[in-house]
Amino acid sequence: MEVKRTVVSGTLESSDIMITLEKGNGTIEIELDSTVMKQFGSSIRQVIEETLREQGIDSALVIARDRGALDCTIRARVQAAIAKAQEENAA
Amino acid sequence: MNLLRTMMFVPGNNPGMIQDAGIYPCDALMFDLEDSVAQASKTDARFLVQQALMHLDYPQRLVVRINDPSTDLGKKDLEAIVPCCKAIIRLPKTETADDVQQCADYIEKLEQRRGLPVGKTQMMAAIEGPEGVLNARSIAASSPRLIGIALGAEDYVTAMKTTRGAGEELFFARSMILHAARAAGIAAIDTVYSDVNNEEGFIQEVELIHQLGFDGKSIINPRQIKPVHRIYTPSEKEIEKALAVKAAIEEANRRGLGVISLNGKMVDKPVVERALRTLALAKASKALQED
Repeated sequence: MEVKRTVVSGTLESSDIMITLEKGNGTIEIELDSTVMKQFGSSIRQVIEETLREQGIDSALVIARDRGALDCTIRARVQAAIAKAQEENAA
Repeated sequence: MNLLRTMMFVPGNNPGMIQDAGIYPCDALMFDLEDSVAQASKTDARFLVQQALMHLDYPQRLVVRINDPSTDLGKKDLEAIVPCCKAIIRLPKTETADDVQQCADYIEKLEQRRGLPVGKTQMMAAIEGPEGVLNARSIAASSPRLIGIALGAEDYVTAMKTTRGAGEELFFARSMILHAARAAGIAAIDTVYSDVNNEEGFIQEVELIHQLGFDGKSIINPRQIKPVHRIYTPSEKEIEKALAVKAAIEEANRRGLGVISLNGKMVDKPVVERALRTLALAKASKALQED
């Protein structure tokens, strides 16, 4: 699936992550800002990328602003963004 | 005995509350996808609750309140939550037995499609309006999946052109729901008490619904757990009396007597039933050790 329009999921509240999903240029590019960047930055990037690829997305720009979200929250927010992108594409 | 003294609402789009909810000693958690979630956040909440059910461990019974299952939103909620096989599905604003049956039919389709055991997903129905209250009996008996019915008073009092007061305004609805639940052999759960800072008013309401016979109460704050459990736990005196009745039953059985007597008086069947229920409740709430 291709992301055609920008969609957002999540919030900037503690324990959450805000995911902005935009049209990509052939690869998955992740811009991450996190309160736990040093400890978990690479793990957060991995969860985001895995979730996108599981849903058949190979091209997207992801702007992620993390406030200490658990992996399951990161997955949920990415999945929600993808679902919203699909709805936008169908509209 | 499966206790349902406290069922705590957890807003479905709040990751912090969802991840911490397991630490509270309530009997059930109810993740809400309906009224506490803004329309624009419905998709976010659905995926968040689904992921929490799949990846977090909770010691409590789990319930998910879905959006109206006759709408696209409600169907998407069912498609996300039913396959997790972790939560009781709570229907909002139930007005007729048909509302429950249509939702049960959709759940059955999902169970079949996903290869899940058909009939395993349980349901609860919230009754939140005069139509639902008047149909409480048929709603309570509408599906074998239904484990309980609950009163939602805020919408109900609005529809009745009144407001929440000392409880007179809910007397008919509570009585209908309780009778319907008891006739169907399922649980009856009372409505929320929204004024979290009014502990005295809350305790009075819990004492009232406990005396009426409700199994428990929907709550909105962890502070409300302790008072409900205290009121619902049998007192030492009640436990002692129940143990004496139990001893009398055992003595009568040992001696092959058909009639149970205690302190020279015959013990009637309802007294025996109440005593056994008190002991079951005391054990389940850890006021009495298991045999």
